[in-house]
Amino acid sequence: MSELIWLIPLIPFIGFVINGLMGNRVPKALTAIVGCGAVLASFVLSLFVYFEIAAAREAGASGEIYVHLFDWFTVGKLHVALSFLADPLSAIMLLIITGVGFLIHLYSCSYMASDAGFGKFFAYLNLFIFFMTILVLGSNYLVMFIGWEGVGLCSYLLIGFWFKNASYASAAKKAFVMNRIGDLGFLIAMFFILETFGSLEYGTVFAAAASMPVGSSMLLIITLLLFVAATGKSAQIPLFTWLPDAMAGPTPVSALIHAATMVTAGIYMVVRSNILFTLSPVTMEIMAVVGLATALLAAFIAITQTDIKKVLAYSTVSQLGYMFLGLGVGAFTGAFFHVLTHAFFKALLFLGAGSVIHAMHDEQDMRQMGGLRKALPVTFITMFIGTIAISGIPPFAGFFSKDEILAHAFQHQPVLWAIGFLTALCTAFYMFRLLYLTFFGKFRGTEEQKKHLHESPWQMTVPLVVLAVLSVIGGFINIPEALGGHHSLAAFLAPIFEAGSAHAETLSLSHSTEYLLMGVSAGGALIMAVVAYNRYVRKETLPTADTQASKGLHKLSFRKLYVDEFYDALVVQPLNRLSVGFYKYVDRSGIDGFVNGVGNFFVGAGKGVRQWQSGHVGFYIMMMVISVIAILLYAVFSI
Amino acid sequence: MENIVTQIQGVPLNHYIIFCSIIFAIGVTGVLIRRNVIIIMMSIELMLNAVNLLLAAFSAYRGDPTGQVFVFFIMALAAAEVAVGLAIIIMVYRNTKSVDIESLSKLRW
Repeated sequence: MSELIWLIPLIPFIGFVINGLMGNRVPKALTAIVGCGAVLASFVLSLFVYFEIAAAREAGASGEIYVHLFDWFTVGKLHVALSFLADPLSAIMLLIITGVGFLIHLYSCSYMASDAGFGKFFAYLNLFIFFMTILVLGSNYLVMFIGWEGVGLCSYLLIGFWFKNASYASAAKKAFVMNRIGDLGFLIAMFFILETFGSLEYGTVFAAAASMPVGSSMLLIITLLLFVAATGKSAQIPLFTWLPDAMAGPTPVSALIHAATMVTAGIYMVVRSNILFTLSPVTMEIMAVVGLATALLAAFIAITQTDIKKVLAYSTVSQLGYMFLGLGVGAFTGAFFHVLTHAFFKALLFLGAGSVIHAMHDEQDMRQMGGLRKALPVTFITMFIGTIAISGIPPFAGFFSKDEILAHAFQHQPVLWAIGFLTALCTAFYMFRLLYLTFFGKFRGTEEQKKHLHESPWQMTVPLVVLAVLSVIGGFINIPEALGGHHSLAAFLAPIFEAGSAHAETLSLSHSTEYLLMGVSAGGALIMAVVAYNRYVRKETLPTADTQASKGLHKLSFRKLYVDEFYDALVVQPLNRLSVGFYKYVDRSGIDGFVNGVGNFFVGAGKGVRQWQSGHVGFYIMMMVISVIAILLYAVFSI
Repeated sequence: MENIVTQIQGVPLNHYIIFCSIIFAIGVTGVLIRRNVIIIMMSIELMLNAVNLLLAAFSAYRGDPTGQVFVFFIMALAAAEVAVGLAIIIMVYRNTKSVDIESLSKLRW
């Protein structure tokens, strides 16, 4: 069985080929069956792999399955193999990708049913699953890089899925370009890894790295570059602005790529290379600070957004920032745990938002919604669960994962915890704000929309329910000891962190401190829920209209802290001016000037010379005679 | 044959050279200053024949028949040249109703 793990990426790829070639020539039902079936098959295989690894872990083994497919290329001492590695970490990632991926495929069957590009959409989705599984299954950095680039491509294709809209197409371009900056970091990091360790295989690299001293400058460079790669893919400062714009894509895409899977690739990569990171504390500090800053900044922006998907997008950025905070303070398991729970509740929230948007006929502005809980009961209940989960109210999934990160942050530096807690408060506030604005109060849309309000079909509600259940119980797989659990996830993942465990911080807080932290964050979230209830349900405050002037912090948040404008002024405009300058002075005057100058010279020379070609035969003969005489004279006198 | 050579040698070589140069110069001048195409053709013939005469004279003085052979070549060439040239002149005349060499200046660029 384990030798067949290459089937996990291959089956979605076949799905991609079939759907890509067939396009709209086959019935939509067939396309849907191929698309969903391929991912379902991968999911079943992933389950087998998971159980095999779990059994091996039970027996005390490390549970690694290494499958060498073929040698890709050998140049000098560089030897790269196309080989797959399934271990506890990739097994869980596989389950997330194919499991959540399947639910989202199922959801898309209904959500995209009336879209002209149905076949194309499923082809892209399957291609994404293919690349994402390659990313997590690769046993060396280069194979991971294939997946890394591939998911970026799929992200581009799917954000720009409705490419006829110019702003959607430019959002896709923005995502692609910003990811490219990160990918450059990955590429250079690979060169450094190759130079330092002579190999790209995880096993070789990590074994060699384990014996390096803490704070080695080479490791610092490598990890910083890897972190740059992660900031691109996982939308951290300074490369986060593409993710909110990526909401231009269809909602299932936002759920699958820009919430559950692709954006967590950066965290997966850091967790995978945890030994390199634990050995360079400087990078860890930077990662923690950047993660926290991103979390706070994105949460601050999310508070005033009125587009339902934009709120969720900033929420995703914020949660990803949390994960990087976790990584930075050494809570690798905690961060990965948050990846897992976040995949559940954020996919759920996005799909719920999609269901709302579907019912509202592509209306995304929350100011036009309200009072939808009666019309969309299933969506409401599931989104309610998702909101509780993301806000960190026990005993739902988000509480456990967020709390683990915060506990580690507290132990590392209480200031980090305080800011993290503040972010958590913002999270609870804006999520409940979203919920109240959408589902409570009076309906604020048009009569037309009101007539058509409907609960979504089963293809859309079933994934919602499944994800809601997972959001409820997902947290129980890693209950901290303070609450009588066993850290099952941490135990399962232990082999991944074995090499670095000597340098890693372990959580040594007393149980009472942990209780206190949990109580404070859970209580804070509840209070924020009540505050939001007061403001948006009891007082029925509506977010101000776009035209209405806002001021102070509110304006700052509503205008997204002017980050886009800042980048525009700092990077885009200077680049534009530079290219205009190059165009004017180098291209037009320089290169064109030279080329045209050569042409003009010969034209001018020809004009001058042709004056001799007068057409007067006598003149020609005269010249001929003079020339003959001149040659003769020359011949005579030169002898 | 011996007789002809002696007769040719009866005139000093310098006289031949001066005479031929004069005829050649007349030919060149005719080509340069006359505008009638037919006269120009005739001047060209004059130049060719000046050369022919000189070749024959040198040939006789040096006792080398190659020069006389060349004279025949030049004659044949001159005949061909005149044939082509006259044909061109006829065509020019048909087109322009004139044999003025300047009427051809319209052929320039």
